[in-house]
Amino acid sequence: MTSLPASTEKKLGLVIDLDTCVGCHACVISCKGWNTENYGAPLSDTDPYGAEPSGTFLNRVHSYEVQPAQGEAQLIHFPKSCLHCEDAPCVTVCPTGASYKRVEDGIVLVNESDCIGCGLCAWACPYGAREMDQLEGVMKKCTLCVDRIYNENLPEEDRQPACVRTCPAGARHFGDLGDPDSDVSQLVAERGGVDLMPEQGTKPVNKYLPPRPKDALPEFDVLAPFLEPVVDAEPKGFLGWLDKALEKI
Amino acid sequence: MHPAPSVIFFSTFSGLGFGLLFWLGFGFPAVTGWTAFAFFTIAYILAVGGLISSTFHLGHPERALKAFTQWRTSWLSREGWCAVVALVLMALYGAGLVFFDQRWTLLGIIGALFSLATVFTTSMIYAQLKTIPRWNQLPLTPAYFLSLSIAGGALMAGQITWAVVLLVIAGAIQIATWLMGDKALENSGTDMASATQLGNIGTVRAFEPPHTGTNYLLREFVHVVGRKHAQKLRIIALGLMIIAPVVLLLLPFNHFLALIAVVAHVAGVLTSRWLFFAEAEHVVGLYYGKR
Repeated sequence: MTSLPASTEKKLGLVIDLDTCVGCHACVISCKGWNTENYGAPLSDTDPYGAEPSGTFLNRVHSYEVQPAQGEAQLIHFPKSCLHCEDAPCVTVCPTGASYKRVEDGIVLVNESDCIGCGLCAWACPYGAREMDQLEGVMKKCTLCVDRIYNENLPEEDRQPACVRTCPAGARHFGDLGDPDSDVSQLVAERGGVDLMPEQGTKPVNKYLPPRPKDALPEFDVLAPFLEPVVDAEPKGFLGWLDKALEKI
Repeated sequence: MHPAPSVIFFSTFSGLGFGLLFWLGFGFPAVTGWTAFAFFTIAYILAVGGLISSTFHLGHPERALKAFTQWRTSWLSREGWCAVVALVLMALYGAGLVFFDQRWTLLGIIGALFSLATVFTTSMIYAQLKTIPRWNQLPLTPAYFLSLSIAGGALMAGQITWAVVLLVIAGAIQIATWLMGDKALENSGTDMASATQLGNIGTVRAFEPPHTGTNYLLREFVHVVGRKHAQKLRIIALGLMIIAPVVLLLLPFNHFLALIAVVAHVAGVLTSRWLFFAEAEHVVGLYYGKR
């Protein structure tokens, strides 16, 4: 049923630390690997070794340059996957009931055998979290690795989403964001975690930790201002002549 | 948004077909027998043909029946129901006119209202999407679909006076959707700063996309090629869809001129509907530094 649950028992989701992410794309690869080999239709590639490679991914890493009013530009890597929104617009638009939000943990899933591949849920998602698989004709999205996190056949340390398990920088955290005492909720409170596109009214469960302010290096060498410059900035010889000649024109 | 031919043809022709059914349901023109058969055949070819073409963009059309289950939340599901109810009621009503020389007035009116409701539900599929601010305008987007459907229906049904008045109204609504639509993304408050939440550090610029190649999201949601000629196409659309038919209808009546009016109108609506998709900016484009 595509009606959203009034509340969910847990709000499982991810916390992504933009200060720590190094943009290595390991989460993209581990996600693609796990979700191609396990639950549901594989994530296909079209023309993977040809001139126009393209494929289905449930997690993509963007990179942004942010230029402050003063100081150096910053480069911020920005992983983006399904945010498992509380008010998920992708679920309510689904005509077949293939899309649903689970009451027990809040995960938004697609029942692929009910999906007609109309694409309307991808239209309704502001984050680009849903992608139509070009070979299977069904909608694919992040499952929060529902086939890992409850899987008792896996060692306990592996019972978390593949992207979190693989992140070498520790930039991704998984937990219950509905429990204010959970590690992830504490982290969000401490670091001022934010929602993406809050004005869209989707109430995302996943949170992003904004980059912390950069250190400003203080001038520590008290003698430096008194020293003669080592390099004479005035050009000599041919360049000096050229410089003066150009000045006169 | 990618202007998919299947959806453009669907919304244009089924809009026109259901518009014609609306007028037939109210008894304009009051036809029976073979004349009624001709009118209903045209209406059904347009409406059903449009619906069939809409299934071409589905990944799994064989599961289309499942789309009737979620009418509580989904406008797409509601559209399916309204279309089926309208087509069944109007088929019964049409059978009365064609085979029994009987006009079952109440059945016709209910069928006409469901025909209109079908067009309304189609428009709401687009109007409900907050992600596409140009479409997310109430009541403008439903007014655009409904006014064109009723005006086109009047044109097809040979209701000349109504057609002229309704075409002028539809033209005014079309211009309003363009003018309001051009400001919609800006007014929505969604931009790269809100998308990335990095705006409080400084000006955000997309530095590197996630992949060197393209992807489903860019193909489906970021269509910038066609916007280059948008202004010219708007004038062409308005000229064909509204001005040409109105001028032709105001001339002394002639079946050939009426046919040209219909053809011009359909070509104009197709152009307008192409623009409706090609000009629509999905907010996901912002993550790619595009719109």
